[in-house]
Amino acid sequence: MIEVNDLSKRYGDKLAVDTLSFTVRPGVVTGFLGPNGAGKSTTMRMIMGLDRPSSGKVRVSGRPYEQHEAPLETIGALLEAKAIHPGRSAYHHLLALAASNGIGRQRVLEVIDMVGLTEVARKRAGGFSLGMGQRLGIASALLGDPRIVMLDEPVNGLDPEGVLWIRNLLKDLADQGRTVFVSSHLMSEMALIAEDLIVIGRGRLLSAGPLADFVAQSSSRSVRVQSPQAGALRDLLVGDGVSVTGSRPGVLDVQGLEAAEIGERAAAAGLVLHELFVQEASLEEAFMELTRDAVEYHATTTEFATTGGTYR
Amino acid sequence: MSTTALGTQDAQDTQKTTGTAGRPSGGLRVTFPRVVHMEWIKLRSLRSTLYTLTITVVLVIGLGVLFSSLVGSGQGPGEDDFSDPTSISLGGVMLASLAVAVLGVLMSAGEYATGSIRATLAAVPSRLPVLWGKVIVFAVVGFVLMLVAALGAFLAGQSVLSSRDMTTAALSDPGVFRALIGAAVYLTGAGLIGLAVGVLLRNTAGAITTVVGALFVLPGVIQLLPSSWNDAIGPYLPSNAANAFMSVQTSGDSLSSGSGLAVFAVYLVVLLAGAAVLLKRRDA
Repeated sequence: MIEVNDLSKRYGDKLAVDTLSFTVRPGVVTGFLGPNGAGKSTTMRMIMGLDRPSSGKVRVSGRPYEQHEAPLETIGALLEAKAIHPGRSAYHHLLALAASNGIGRQRVLEVIDMVGLTEVARKRAGGFSLGMGQRLGIASALLGDPRIVMLDEPVNGLDPEGVLWIRNLLKDLADQGRTVFVSSHLMSEMALIAEDLIVIGRGRLLSAGPLADFVAQSSSRSVRVQSPQAGALRDLLVGDGVSVTGSRPGVLDVQGLEAAEIGERAAAAGLVLHELFVQEASLEEAFMELTRDAVEYHATTTEFATTGGTYR
Repeated sequence: MSTTALGTQDAQDTQKTTGTAGRPSGGLRVTFPRVVHMEWIKLRSLRSTLYTLTITVVLVIGLGVLFSSLVGSGQGPGEDDFSDPTSISLGGVMLASLAVAVLGVLMSAGEYATGSIRATLAAVPSRLPVLWGKVIVFAVVGFVLMLVAALGAFLAGQSVLSSRDMTTAALSDPGVFRALIGAAVYLTGAGLIGLAVGVLLRNTAGAITTVVGALFVLPGVIQLLPSSWNDAIGPYLPSNAANAFMSVQTSGDSLSSGSGLAVFAVYLVVLLAGAAVLLKRRDA
C-alpha cells in the first residue's frame, strides 16, 4: 500500500507536483500515467524518499519509507535504468545493495538468473544495452522480495520477449497480494496489465480508479453506423451535443448518442442500417482527451492535426 | 544474454521470483556493519579503485627512491632538506596525495555521476550510514596501504641514501615513526577531503578541481601574497598543516606537529559534517 497525501514538490518557480493525493492498493497492478513532465518520476522519487517533498506526506506500508528497518523488503524500485557504475559488474552492484539489507549472495544469484543476466553478470555494466540495464534494474527491484514493487517505465528498451515477461511478472506479483505500481508511456501496454489507473497532468491528479471506468467515461466512445442512406441519416442524427463524422462513403461515426437511440431514430424514419457498432474508446484516446489541457510539451504537429479537422 | 532461455523459462522464473523458495530468510534489516560491508564491496569491485591505490603506493615509494638518489647531486629538488633524510624519502607523498584525493572524489561524486547513488539511498534511505560507511572503509583501507607505502618509501629511500654514503635516518630515531604515521594520516585525510567535497559538490570534475586547488594550488598562490599575509595564513592551509606533522624537524614558520594535526583534523571534521548535513537534506 502506498499512500500519497497532499504531496507537493517545488523546483524554484515550477511546481512539479501539486497537492497530489492517491492510494495504490495491494493485489492489483496500478498504472501511473501522465504526459512528459507531468511529475510521475518526481512523485516516485518522493515515495522512495530520494526527493524531499516541499509539503505533504507519503506513507509506504503505513510509514515513511526511511523508517522501515528493511527498506528493500518494503519497496523494490526501478527508477532509472543503468543506475550503476559502468566499471562495476551487475553481480557486484547487486551484491553490494543486498549486503546493506542483509540479503544473502544466494538471492543475488537468483534474481540475476530470473532476469536472464547470468551470462553477463560478471562483466562490466558499462557495456550493457538499455534492455540489459532495465533487466538489471528489475533484478535490483526484486532483490529484497518486496511487498511493493514500483517500476518507472520498465518496458523501455526491452525486446518483445522481455515485454511479455515483465507483463507476466507484474501480474503474478499482484496476484500474490503485492502492491505493484508501474508507470509507462505505452498505453497499449498499460491497457493490458493495469487494473487501476492513476493519471496526472502538470503535477495534479486528473483521474484515479479502475482502468475500465476511466475508459468507459471517455467521450471518445462512438458508434459506427453503416447505411446506404448515410446522407439522410446524418441530417437526422446531427444536433445538440451530437457530432457525426464520416471516414468513408456510407459510414458514419456518431458521438453523443447511444446505439439504441440511433437504431430507433433510423427505424422511425424508415432508413436502412447495414451496421451498428459501438466503438469503445481506447485507453490512449481516453488519456489524450483527459490530458489535452495538461500536456507540458506540445508538439506542433498535434496542433496542426487538431486544426486540420482530421484529428483522431 | 540468453533471451531464448528467458522466453522459455517464463513460467518457472516467475514462480521463483515470487514463490516462497526465493524469499530471503528473515532477519533483513539495515545495520551499520552491513552498510560498511556494502561500501567495502563497492570499493573492491572497481578496477579503477584498485589501479588508483596501486599507483599511489608506487608513487610514494618510487618518488621516494628517486628523490633519495638525486638529492645532493645538484640535479634533484629538495637540496635544502639534506639535513632531513626522512622527508627526502617521503618526497612522493605530496604528489601521491593528489591520486588519493581523486580516489576519494570518485568514491562519492562518482556515485552521483553514474546515478548509482539513487540505488544506494533506496537501499539505505536513512542516508547518513552511507557516508560514514564510505569514510570508515576508505579510512581503514587507505591508512593501512598508505602506512605500508610510507614505510616502504622510508626503508627504500634510506638504503639508497646509505649506498650513496649520505646521512640516513633509522626508524627508531626520534620523530621518524611519527612522521611516517603522519604521512599515512595525510594521505588518508586527503582522500577523505576528496570524499567529503565529492558529496558536497556531487560533480566529479568540480570536486577534483576544488580539492586539487585547495591542496596544491592554494599554497603556491598564498606565497605570492605579501609575507605578512603569507605568514598568517600559510601554515593553516591543509597541506602545510599536514607538512608540520609529516616532518621530523619542523621549520620556524610552520606549526608544531600537534597543532598541524589539530588544524588538519578541523578541516576534515568541518568538511565531513557539511557533507553529512547536505546529504541528509538534499534531493538525491
